[in-house]
Amino acid sequence: MKSREYLTVAEVYGPLMIVEGVSGVAYGEVVDITTPDGEVKHGQVLDAYEDRAVIQVYEGTRGIDTFKTKVRFRGETVKFGVGLEVLGRIFSGRGEPIDGGPKPIFEDEWDVHGAPINPSAREYPSEFIQTGISVIDGMNTLVRGQKLPIFSGAGLPHNELVAQIARQAKVLGEEEKFAVVFCGMGITHEEAAFFINGFEKSGAIERATVFLNLANDPAIERILTPRLALTTAEYLAFTQGMHVLVILTDMTNYCEALREISAARSEVPGRRGYPGYMYTDLASIYERAGRIKGRKGSVTQMPVLTMPADDITHPIPDLTGYITEGQLVMERELHRKGIYPPINPLPSLSRLMKDGIGEGHTREDHMDVSNQLYAAYAEGRDIRSLVAVVGEEALTERDRSYLAFADRFEREFVNQGRDEDRPIETTLDLGWELLRSLPESELKRVDPKFIAKYLRPK
Amino acid sequence: MGRIVRITGPVVIADDMRGSEMYELVRVGDEQLMGEIIGLTGDRATIQVYEETTGIKPGEKVEGTGRPLSVELGPGLIGAIYDGTQRPLTVIREKVGDMIRRGVFAPALPREKKWDFVPRVKKGAEVVEGDVLGTVKESKIVEHRIMVPPGVRGKVLEISEGQHKVEDVIAVLETSEGKKNVRMMQIWPVRRARPFKEKLEPNLPLLTGQRVADTFFPIAKGGTAAIPGGFGTGKTVFLQQVAKWADADIITYIGAGERGNEMCDVLVHFPELKDPRTGESLMDRTALIANTSNMPVAAREAGVYTGITIAEYFRDMGYDVALMADSTSRWAEAMREISGRLEEMPGEEGFPAYLASRLAEFYERAGRVRTLGSDERFGSVTVLGAVSPPGGDLSEPVSQNTLRIVKVFWALDTGLAYRRHFPAINWLTSYSMYINNVQEWWKSKTNEDWKSLRDEAIAMLQKEAELEEIVKLVGPDALPEPERAVLESARMMREDFLQQFALHEVDTYCAPEKQIGMLKIIMEFYRNAVEAAKRGIPVEEIRKLPVKESIAGMKRLTAEEFAKQYRKMEKQLREQFDYLLRMKRAPAAEDKCSG
Ligand SMILES: Nc1ncnc2c1ncn2[C@@H]1O[C@H](COP(=O)(O)OP(=O)(O)OP(=O)(O)O)[C@@H](O)[C@H]1O
Ligand SMILES: [Mg+2]
Repeated sequence: MKSREYLTVAEVYGPLMIVEGVSGVAYGEVVDITTPDGEVKHGQVLDAYEDRAVIQVYEGTRGIDTFKTKVRFRGETVKFGVGLEVLGRIFSGRGEPIDGGPKPIFEDEWDVHGAPINPSAREYPSEFIQTGISVIDGMNTLVRGQKLPIFSGAGLPHNELVAQIARQAKVLGEEEKFAVVFCGMGITHEEAAFFINGFEKSGAIERATVFLNLANDPAIERILTPRLALTTAEYLAFTQGMHVLVILTDMTNYCEALREISAARSEVPGRRGYPGYMYTDLASIYERAGRIKGRKGSVTQMPVLTMPADDITHPIPDLTGYITEGQLVMERELHRKGIYPPINPLPSLSRLMKDGIGEGHTREDHMDVSNQLYAAYAEGRDIRSLVAVVGEEALTERDRSYLAFADRFEREFVNQGRDEDRPIETTLDLGWELLRSLPESELKRVDPKFIAKYLRPK
Repeated sequence: MGRIVRITGPVVIADDMRGSEMYELVRVGDEQLMGEIIGLTGDRATIQVYEETTGIKPGEKVEGTGRPLSVELGPGLIGAIYDGTQRPLTVIREKVGDMIRRGVFAPALPREKKWDFVPRVKKGAEVVEGDVLGTVKESKIVEHRIMVPPGVRGKVLEISEGQHKVEDVIAVLETSEGKKNVRMMQIWPVRRARPFKEKLEPNLPLLTGQRVADTFFPIAKGGTAAIPGGFGTGKTVFLQQVAKWADADIITYIGAGERGNEMCDVLVHFPELKDPRTGESLMDRTALIANTSNMPVAAREAGVYTGITIAEYFRDMGYDVALMADSTSRWAEAMREISGRLEEMPGEEGFPAYLASRLAEFYERAGRVRTLGSDERFGSVTVLGAVSPPGGDLSEPVSQNTLRIVKVFWALDTGLAYRRHFPAINWLTSYSMYINNVQEWWKSKTNEDWKSLRDEAIAMLQKEAELEEIVKLVGPDALPEPERAVLESARMMREDFLQQFALHEVDTYCAPEKQIGMLKIIMEFYRNAVEAAKRGIPVEEIRKLPVKESIAGMKRLTAEEFAKQYRKMEKQLREQFDYLLRMKRAPAAEDKCSG
């Protein structure tokens, strides 16, 4: 495809513009737009007709007019350079270096949309990542190649948690090449600085690539940012053999941008005004995690999203949960009690923990302990809400033991320090320690052989 | 030859398409991407494209193929993994690497592989559509029956034997329209249901090895079931459990718009698992369609048809086929996405107006049938569909339209999933309309009155729910002892019977005889407990009975161990309750109970 230039912008509305009198415009083609003041913007073709193209403008349409604006069709789809020089660098949401350094020398250019991993080429994820956080390692274990989001709420400490995970995450007994790709979408300067300073302090910055679309950067650019980040991650993982942790924050801002484009196109909306294709669009991001047979590296994703009004049924967490391999759900009530991290294990889930735990991975009793803790904590919380109505006097002895369990569980198991890095054995032993406070006949989720070995060790 | 005038996502509009037909397969653009005509106005065609359309330009050509979207049916289906349009994913990987690229072709059935064809008919025989001409041992489990294609009948002029490729002619028939070559492979348009002689009432259970299904809410062979639930409630695990353990001859598992790692899970774990009936690898009876959420949506839409056509084909051989579609909601959303690009008049929540009829047509392809062919053959396709309602709320169109059609409703419950009660199927809201159909089977197979037992169990759980409402207001202490005995027994039913952990090496599958044995013991406990409580035994005492531990351990026993233990447990139970009652009469026991 050759590049062609036009001065025929016919219409501009919202984040979109229509160019007429064009020919040979490809679906998905990239365009450079020069406004009358000489500002250069970028866009992509969303709808290609024989003589007309609908274009989404990443930097927003401010300054674009219908007389003098020049539109150059680049004759190619959106690409981004890949290479090892991206490590240690900070880019804008559009992929321009913003750390004052030179433009990196790339080894190749890849289509940012990637290509789906052939399901038959996938390697089933099974390597335990120890985050040092009990409620994650013990009950919602993360494995290499998983996509495990954090469902948070405004004002909850998801950034601290993500930073702690990025610092502490390791695969036991291995010295392998790892990298962090950080993708900020619509986050504030402070948040960005918090992460970058953190990476600098821990020295992780050398092995990190940062993409930043800040709150005051153009919203539509956010459509591009995670795709740049994932293209980089795929290169580092599958070409360079690194284990890459990708942090995507905040997906809620990404979805808002998606909604904005959809509204501008007057598309028939799905639920709550979000486009009907949001599931598929989000999947095109989240499914870019995984492992591939015969290749060394992995892409592990930890997306963060803030649930509007703490509502887990809102389309953003809902569609995310339907795609990702579990979720870590933060709860305001736990936060108010001063529990850190305020993760409520009950609505949380790791679907891939089954192959990543147990003998040869963590410890033989892991699955049973986890299940028993779940069941007991759920029971304890039920009784807690019962007490609110009927008072503690009405409880049976059994009920009381659950009530006490739930309190201790929150304070001792879930709660931990922001720098505390608990080995998995400590986490599991702590679990047994708490279970000891329940009548033994209640421990139905645990295989009797583990009761003998771990509950009442000699 | 047509010309592209517009591209918007998976939809392409082309002009100069005169002579094309609705649902015709076309080749789109210079890269010859696969597409299907889904709308025609004058000589303008609307095409859904099964591959990524980025980079395609107006002006590029569109070529018709004169054929509708079809599948290849013949040896080679078992153990294969296909995308929604039946592209063989393992072959595609060999050709273009780990990432799926567009514009790659590969035949669905291997062309060079030779199969040992064993004829069943002799020269001179008169055969009709559906007659088995011969067989091929496709896998250790599956005997692939090569049939006379629908619409063909005649005299066998020639019949082969021995090593053949799928495209080889294995028989020549003298028909009223002249000689006709029959090959091992048939081609069938996916959107057309395959014919059969007669639909029959489903009257055998499809045994899944999952207690909550088989005992409480059974599905019949040839029946339809839906399993709706919010994310993470257990749809996929449940469908995979059924795919593993159901007493079906063939499994067709469709991953429509779901996760890549889940398909990988099947590919990795099925081959290692043994079919409980044949002892062979489970992969030896399974065909997979994997069109994950990040693969093209139009192919997701087609994948459901590809899968059910394969299922019907095996049914026609006289097999019981179970088909899982995970998730029908993603399939419906694919329709919505495409319809949205067409700027069609949307129905509810943006879904196309034809959503209800598409769902009905799909489930209608389930059934137990008398197949074509002159021998009496029966086959079935059982359809199990996952439904993924937004926010877990079933008032949305896909759930509602599905529930109007299917006969079994396994209602997943987020609350149960949160407390790790798995399978998180709610015993109060679920239902099965096959209870009467399968009752006879249970009677003849186990000699037990399964239906009464099950009804009694459900009534007990219903009672529990009512009592729980009271407890919420006044606390557990306020209930009279017999009612507390109900709560105690219902808890036992939930924890020791309904909960079934998919990952437990033994409990992952529970044979029907064991299911009914477990049910009997628990109901026996229930009756005794209530009776004892009525006679003044405090529930605290009942709770301490050692038999409770044996009951809790039933799950972990293999079917053989359980059969051995059963009488002993029954006896233990009776003796322990007798003992309680005797102690009650003896004054010494009074103090012990008053605490
Ligand atoms: N029968 C079961 N035994 C043990 N664990 C189960 C069972 N059913 C579900 N689970 C647990 O619940 C998790 C979620 O189940 P599953 O993946 O089937 O949910 P889903 O309903 O298909 O969700 P989604 O709609 O997001 O695909 C599993 O990863 C597993 O941990
Ligand atoms: Mg699922």
